[in-house]
This record gives sequence, C-alpha cells and structure tokens, in this order.
Amino acid sequence: MDNIFLTARSSPHIRTRISTRTIMLDVCIALLPISLVGVYQFGWYVLAILATSVATAILTEYLYTIFMKKELTITDGSAAVTGLLLGLFLPPAVPLWIPVLGSIFAILVVKCLFGGIGQNFVNPALAARAMLMVSWPALMTTFAAPRDLRNSWIPWIADKASILGQTVAGSAAADAASVATPLSGLENSLVNWPGNTMEFMAKFLGYSSGVIGEVSSLAILIGAAYLFIRKIIKPTAPLVFIASFSFFAWMWLGSETLFSGNVLAELMFGAVLFAAFFMITDYTTTPMTRTGQIIFAAGAGFLTAVIRSFGSYPEGVMYAILLMNLCVPLIDRILVPQAFGGKKAKHG
Amino acid sequence: MLKTLKAFKGGIHPPGHKETQQEKSVHMPMPEKLVIPMQQHIGAPCTPVVKKGDRVLRGQLIGEPKDRISAPIHASASGTVTAVGPMLYAGGRHVVSVAIKPDEEQETDPAIAPITTRDRAEMIQAIRASGLVGLGGAGFPTWFKLTPPSEHKFDTLIINGAECEPYITSDYREMVENTENILKGIEDVLYMTGIPRAIIGIEDNKRKAIDRLIQAAEKHPNIDVIALKTRYPQGGEKQLIYTTTGRVVEAGQLPSSIGVLVLSISTVSYVHTYLQTGMPLIERRITVAGDALNAEKNVILPVGTLVSDVLDFVGGLKAKPTRVIMGGPMNGVGQFTLDNAILKQSNAILALTDEKVDTKEESPCIRCARCVQVCPMNLLPLDINNKILQGKVLEAADKYHLMSCIECGCCSYACPAARNLVQSFRLGKAELKAVAARAAKVEQAKTEVARG
Repeated sequence: MDNIFLTARSSPHIRTRISTRTIMLDVCIALLPISLVGVYQFGWYVLAILATSVATAILTEYLYTIFMKKELTITDGSAAVTGLLLGLFLPPAVPLWIPVLGSIFAILVVKCLFGGIGQNFVNPALAARAMLMVSWPALMTTFAAPRDLRNSWIPWIADKASILGQTVAGSAAADAASVATPLSGLENSLVNWPGNTMEFMAKFLGYSSGVIGEVSSLAILIGAAYLFIRKIIKPTAPLVFIASFSFFAWMWLGSETLFSGNVLAELMFGAVLFAAFFMITDYTTTPMTRTGQIIFAAGAGFLTAVIRSFGSYPEGVMYAILLMNLCVPLIDRILVPQAFGGKKAKHG
Repeated sequence: MLKTLKAFKGGIHPPGHKETQQEKSVHMPMPEKLVIPMQQHIGAPCTPVVKKGDRVLRGQLIGEPKDRISAPIHASASGTVTAVGPMLYAGGRHVVSVAIKPDEEQETDPAIAPITTRDRAEMIQAIRASGLVGLGGAGFPTWFKLTPPSEHKFDTLIINGAECEPYITSDYREMVENTENILKGIEDVLYMTGIPRAIIGIEDNKRKAIDRLIQAAEKHPNIDVIALKTRYPQGGEKQLIYTTTGRVVEAGQLPSSIGVLVLSISTVSYVHTYLQTGMPLIERRITVAGDALNAEKNVILPVGTLVSDVLDFVGGLKAKPTRVIMGGPMNGVGQFTLDNAILKQSNAILALTDEKVDTKEESPCIRCARCVQVCPMNLLPLDINNKILQGKVLEAADKYHLMSCIECGCCSYACPAARNLVQSFRLGKAELKAVAARAAKVEQAKTEVARG
C-alpha cells in the first residue's frame, strides 16, 4: 500500500443530509398550495406581489453582504422564505412598492442589521407587516373580492355536506334546548358552521377575502401536513396555539354572553391558521425547549384573543406573535434545563 | 422477567451499515511487522522493559505500568525487537512504542499458565496482569473497575452489547461466535466482584445474537438478556444504565455510586478466555469496513498490526478514502496515515469516501433546536457552542453544564447548519482544564510565598 496522507477532523465524521437550504426549500414547497390558491382567487397580480417581495428580499440581502464585505448568504434560501411569507401576508391588491418597502425593512433592518440569519429578535415578515400596517393602514386593510363560490363546482359538494351539517346541528340543538350551560354553548358554537355550510366551505377552500395566504384553510393545512411529514416542524406549538386561542376566543369573542364565541369562525379568520403553522414555528424567534414553545404558543393564543376582543385590530395575531417574540430570550434564559443526572456539574 | 424499559431522551438514527454482520470473522496471518505502543489505556503510558535487539516471546511483558491504575502491555508475537522509541500513533501524535519483527516459530512465553486461584483479590490482580482494558473502545483498565471505591457497593453488572455505532459489528460476531464464553465470563466477573446479578443489553438490530444469548442464558438464572431499541447512543454508559435499570448516574459521579458496574461484552468474554489460558491480551477482533474498501470483514488479528497491513489483508482500497477512522463514525479518531498500529481497544477501522463522510463547512446557527432535541444529556448545545465561541467557557460550564456532555456527537450530526458543536465542546473542556490548572498553580505559588 502506498504511503498516503489523509486529512482528519474531530469526530463525528458523519452528518444528516438536512441543511439550512433544504429546510428553506421545504418551507417554500409547503407554501406552494397557498400561493397557487392566492393566484387562482385573485389573479396574476398576486404572482407579481409574491415575486416582487421575494426578489426584493434576495436583492436586499445580496447588496448588504456585498456592501459590508461579508460572505454571500442568499444561497441558504432564508431571504426567499422571508420574502414569500411577507408577500403572503399582504392584501391581494396592494401596489407593488408595498412589498418592496416591506421586504427591505424585513431583511435589512430586522435581519441583517441584527446579525443576519438566526439573530433576528422578532419575526422579520411580521415586523415588516406591522411597519406597513401603521404606515399605510388604508392600503393594508383594503381587500379584493375573491371568486364567487356559487359559480364553482363546490355547491354540488356543499349540497351533500349541508345535509350532514344540519343533522349534527339539529341534534345538538335539541339536546341543548333543555338545559342552557356553558358547555351547550360550546356545542352550539362548535357545530354551527359559520353562517351556513356554503359559507364554511367558501372560507375553508379559499373563496373568501383576506390577505393572500390566509384565505384557504385547506391549502394551509396541506402545507402544514407537508412540513410535519418532512419533520420541519413539530405539532406541539401550533396545536397549543390553536387550543389556547380557541379557548379564549370562545370565552370572549361571543356576541352575547361569556363562553359563546364561534371558535370555528374565529379560527378561519385573520390569518390565525396561517400564523399557527408558519409563524409560531419559526426557528429563530421561538424558544428552544419544548416547554418554552408551549409557553410561547399559549401566550400568543391568549394575546391574539385579547387583541381581538379588547383591541382595535380585528386580526390580532401579528402583534400577539411579535409581543411573544420579545419574551423569547427571557423564556429561554429561565428554562435552561438540568443536565441528565441533575444539579450543576462542577467545572475543572 | 423485567420491568418496562425507559427510553433515554434524544438520540439519532444514522444509517446502520451493518453489512459485515452475517459474515464469519477471519483470522489474519501474522504480519511482517508489529508496532506496540506503550499507551493503550486510560492512564499514564507504560515503560518499555525491552530494548532493541532483544528476543521476545509471545505473551511476554514488554511494557510496565507506571501509575496506580494502568494495565501492562505484552508482545503480540515472538520475534526480535527492531526499535524502541517514539513512533506514529493513532490521531497523529507520537508515542513510545516497541516495534517487533515476528519470527517463524511463534514461541509462547512459558510463564503463561491458566489462572487457577479462586481468591477474588488474586483473580482481580491477575486481570490487571493480563493487560485487559475496555474492549468496546474506551480502553479503561478493567481490573480497576472491578473494585468499587470503599463507600460504594455494586449490586448489578450491566453488559454492554449495544454496539450502537454504525459499521461496527465486532461485538455482534463475538456474541454469535463465542456465546457460551460470554456467559462464562459474566459468571467469572460476578464471582470476582460478588455481584448477585447481570443484565446483558443488546440493540434490537442484532436479533440473532439476542436469541442465541437468551437461549444460552437459560442455564444462568442470574443473567438476563434485554433487547434495547436501536438508537444511538444507546451504548453510552449513562444511557445504557438508565434504560436497563431506570437509575440515573449523577453528574460528576461514577456508575459505582449507584451500585452499577458496566463492562463491554467483548471485555467480559475475554475475562473467561484469560482465566482459562493465562494468555494476556494480544489479539482482538476488529471490524474493517467502509465504501472505500474492496471488501468489508471482521478480522481477528494481533494487537500492534499496522492499519495498512489490515487493509491490504481484506482486499485493499478501491478508492482513495476521504477519511480513515479508528473506531466508529460518531466517536472514532480520524487518521493521518495508515502507518500506525491497531491498539487493544480499537474496535473498527473505517475507510470512507466523501459520499459517506461529512465535509460541509460551518454556517450560522438558525436556532432550529435540533441539537437540543437529540442531546441525550438534556443540554442546550447551541448555547454552549455560542458561549465557548465568545470565550465565556466558565459560563458554558456553570450555566449550561458543559461538563455533562458525553461527546456522543448527536448535536453535530443533527445540525442543519453543519456547526462544529461537540468539537467546540472539546475545546471548551480543554480550556476549562487549563483554567483549573492555572488556578491550581496560582494557589500553589501563593502557598509557597506565604511559607516564605
């Protein structure tokens, strides 16, 4: 055997195939159904919004690294994801300079100036949206009309579903008629489809108005399922967020008494589902430990309901998450776990 | 038979690559050159007791232990000593070694005889004299482990048959080829230490071995065989103890503090062989594997065989390897050349191309917390790494429990940003040692000044 010289490194010598780039790619794929529904519902202009947002984000980060003489970072795909998330959080008819300003703010101010990937202290897309919201509230709250559900093939299915819906609602109402308790209020709100079945199907499938990314609950759930399968996110935080929000929405967001909120309606409005799977699960701005994530998600659900009931923003989820983002360093610091074998190990 | 097993937190599932499992081990014929380093154990290196030109016999003592716990070193073959001095060692440094040119006769040292005494203390001293160290890779002098500190008492012997690293199957082959010997070795250790019962823990990707051992253990009512869920690092001492007994080793403590003695399955098998024959540890089984090789095998060979000779024996390299590793891919030591020797505690030689080896460059942490999820010691690797890179080693230790890290490598394995997490912890621990040494020197200087 010839005398060969090898290079060596400290172990381990093997690694998973997952990289930052593959994770970002998976997130983009998960956002594909949502984006496609957005284009279908609101037209090709949506594609222009999303493309502008993504392109501006990438360009901003690229120029920053050139100007600051740092290594190229756009190849990890995180700028593209931020741009896409921001674009999906905009109303479908905004002028194109809105996503441009938003992306520049998200990438330059929130991300690059604080240290780049992994160092942003709040969710960049949400922070940019908040900035846009307070600067141009009228533009950011004007929503385009979606397609009409009645002109689609959905009514045929709705026909079948409404029979089912009415039967369930009917039996629950009959049982509840005898005793009025908070629990029967819960049953009523849970089985009463918002409005009627048609309206529910419209909201579920995407025939409703709102920001581009929130209109189709189905598309969001498909994207979320993809992320679970690819092990990009775990169900803990989204489910805790949804449960927490549902509880407080049920308590406060009813029109008459306490505990009469229509949970299903509240969940399908105001980007709650979109945030649950794509914002509550953001790696950099959420806690590292499982307990921390549960606290974070529960707090965000609570704050969303608070802002909706007692504040002036009908959607609430954006500020709720931004506020919880600010708490994350504290949560992480308090929740440093004990090593296996307990108590502090001595050094030296 | 036994209570439900506890799963340890975290862990990873790297591809197993156990292709050498089903092939019988082969004996390597005596090579033309042996290099026997004086450091094949945890402890101070031995002092050579032979010189250039001496004739040595097979099994003869050639390295005497220098400190309280070390194990002696013996000649793996009869022949002539061609050189004594610093020679290239695994990991790139130089260690004093004895080079032997084996001869045709292969004469055994006549002093070697079976160990017949049944006095426990004498038997443990005999184990020391055999040069036995942990054969699972750790290299801790076994005899010293057999006597717990006076304040502790063993009640359970745990036999580590996990073999959780990818590629390595040498313990598996021992279980299949030498089943009865293992059980007899366990009985020997139970006798020597007075421990009432033993548990053999084996990962469930070794079904045949588990079945063989269960069947053979029927005659041994105080030995239980448990199948463990396959997950790295199930063979880590603390994890193995927790899964098989539910007990937790406290930070900074030894397993003896909770009444447990852990031995590798190959180590305990050798105990019986040694007591029967008296032949010191001069031969072992090693898995030779990797995609850069023409063939992969388990080889039984003399300690001190050069890596290049073993690779030639199994059929040579088919491609230039990106990395040659002594040990497994998670914990093994990267080699700089092929000219160094296989040690008593080496359980594998891997020759891997860049399809199998990680060569990614580090990128910034995205705080995905995968390292937190996989850490079997419940640590926050990203924070420890951050503190060490900031130079705040004391904070890494006090607040983030750096010293509890068992260096299993799960964190580095799982990191999508390819960060060198556990590697930085090694640096951090070394820095802590240096800090403590400096502090001790300052204290000593102060005392001397005070004395005047």
